Amino acid sequence: MKPVTRIRSRTVVLPTRDIDTDQIIAARFLTTTSRAGLGKHAFYDLRFNKDGTENPDFVLNKPEASGCGVLVAGNNFGCGSSREHAPWALLDYGFEAIISTEIADIFRNNALKNGLVAIVVDEESHQWFLDNPGVELTIDIETMTITAGDGRATAFSLDGFARHCLIEGVDQLGFLQQQQDAINRFEENRSWKP
Amino acid sequence: MSTPTTLFEKVWSDHVVVEETADTPAVFYIDLHIIHEVTTPQAFAVLRENKLRVRRPDLTLPTLDHSTPTTPVSTFKDLLVAGEGAAKQVQQMEQNCEEFGLDLLGYGSGRRGIVHVIGPELGATQPGKTIVCGDSHTSTHGAFGALAFGIGTTEVGHVLATQCLLQRKPKTLAINIEGQLPSGVSAKDVILAVIGEIGVDGGTGHVIEYRGDAITALDMEARMTICNMSIEAGARAGMIAPDETTFAYLEGRERSPKGADWDVAVERWRELRTDDGASFDKTVTINANELTPMVTFGTNPGMVVGVEDAVPESDDASFRKALDYMQVESGRPMTENAVDVVFVGSCTNGRISDIAEAARVLEGRKIADGVRMLVVPGSELVKAEAEARGLDKIIVAAGAEWREAGCSMCIGMNGDIAQPGQLTVSTSNRNFEGRQGVGARTVLASPATAAASAIAGRVADPRIYS
Repeated sequence: MKPVTRIRSRTVVLPTRDIDTDQIIAARFLTTTSRAGLGKHAFYDLRFNKDGTENPDFVLNKPEASGCGVLVAGNNFGCGSSREHAPWALLDYGFEAIISTEIADIFRNNALKNGLVAIVVDEESHQWFLDNPGVELTIDIETMTITAGDGRATAFSLDGFARHCLIEGVDQLGFLQQQQDAINRFEENRSWKP
Repeated sequence: MSTPTTLFEKVWSDHVVVEETADTPAVFYIDLHIIHEVTTPQAFAVLRENKLRVRRPDLTLPTLDHSTPTTPVSTFKDLLVAGEGAAKQVQQMEQNCEEFGLDLLGYGSGRRGIVHVIGPELGATQPGKTIVCGDSHTSTHGAFGALAFGIGTTEVGHVLATQCLLQRKPKTLAINIEGQLPSGVSAKDVILAVIGEIGVDGGTGHVIEYRGDAITALDMEARMTICNMSIEAGARAGMIAPDETTFAYLEGRERSPKGADWDVAVERWRELRTDDGASFDKTVTINANELTPMVTFGTNPGMVVGVEDAVPESDDASFRKALDYMQVESGRPMTENAVDVVFVGSCTNGRISDIAEAARVLEGRKIADGVRMLVVPGSELVKAEAEARGLDKIIVAAGAEWREAGCSMCIGMNGDIAQPGQLTVSTSNRNFEGRQGVGARTVLASPATAAASAIAGRVADPRIYS
């Protein structure tokens, strides 16, 4: 994983609550054995009409959404299916961070393991982000602060380990492999065997 | 005396390899890893890149379910019904299992089926185990007092390579279902009511323990239906303490302990319950006596209403958007809606008791003209048992299709989908936009409600048949 220490980008706002991972990437796009190139499928049924033409009303299709790396979403973003294709698709589409008042457990876990920064903020700050689409933000992972162009600062929290892994670009599989001795001992010493 | 602990805490602490600290999560051991063709190819690729082996093939249970067609398969060409990508995934899974020494329960095994159906029916799912799978409905296995949850593909790779995960300890939520379920009200109605009560994010960060008289009165398949949809309330997992019902279900199954090992296991399993005086982070109580058959009206499983009740009103933009998508009106009951497709199956309701319940309602009746009904067994063993009981004949005589085992219409990636705008009454777990096909509208319900709706040609109350 590439280290992520600071993100500087404009926001795009998708205020709908409970955006599930089926909406982020529909099941019909999961028939792949690769993780690459999934961005073209992100939010497909919202971005495109049934006849395949682009839906000009959808926020991601508006000219001002171009180049926005921070997605401000409604409460409970990423609920539903555990598909890691969802963060893979969002990253490939160009998103670097998601901001919401609540982010579903499995999605958040998957996102952070891939360097997509999933950030939960308080309701008041969230409302401000919803009301100010397109604002340029600086997200500092080290200090866990979001700073808007006008100086407005919002603190957020991240699990200490997840933050360390983002900043250092730590591969968690490597970390787990270093626990081999402890895992061996655990397997030998358990009182019952599965 | 030691501090009273919950069922979850007992299973959790039994699997901590390295304790968590402020800086690092716990290293957490996994007893059973179920894998399927859709969420594993990229994990096997990571193993290959790093020249790693699967640490415990004996604790890994591979099968094919998500992108497999539910029409008969004997050659590669038959797989193409689900599309070329899906067929290649199946082929890739067969190759990966071969290369990494895993015993795939695939075509020709007679044991293939939905990950969350085969684990329990083979007796691989057992009380006190930790169980994971790259599928959010892994919570199903919690019905046995296992701690079971869905993981992403990166984590599938972690478990394949190390048999462990990095985990922070979740919080606990007790859901007490007190009283007795009225006649004609099923486990599916209970869990839909629970999600309606606590919301689709009501369980986020928590492991649920379902408790109370109405839960202990349920058989194992009904308990699985309840735990299955824990994730639809945002919970990490759902658990039910094992009891005599659990032990009776497991005794004699293919992978259950045998002989003296069985007695030792049952003795250990009896300890797996929440101690008197143990505390939960949150508690919710629901009165079973007041529950009715439930159906969803919106685009998430928390948007739910009694089958005879009016769809509620709200000015909330997300709520209005959901009603627009579903083409339903506030103030009107769901029974006014015509049905195009009915689906009985999935890891929520694709077990033998679900098929039998649908067949009970269908027996001697015909589904309405213009309705397409698919009945899809959750596994090859469920299919064989249903056929041995003659249920397939009842289903076909009623005008429904009897299919091969798989995830089918629960997830639109295997060829089984509804057309844009069609309304499907489905015994699956998600009514998200597009879940059953682009523009398809889904009403979640129990097998009895689904079958009753197929007969009526509109959403229907199943209690006239009880």
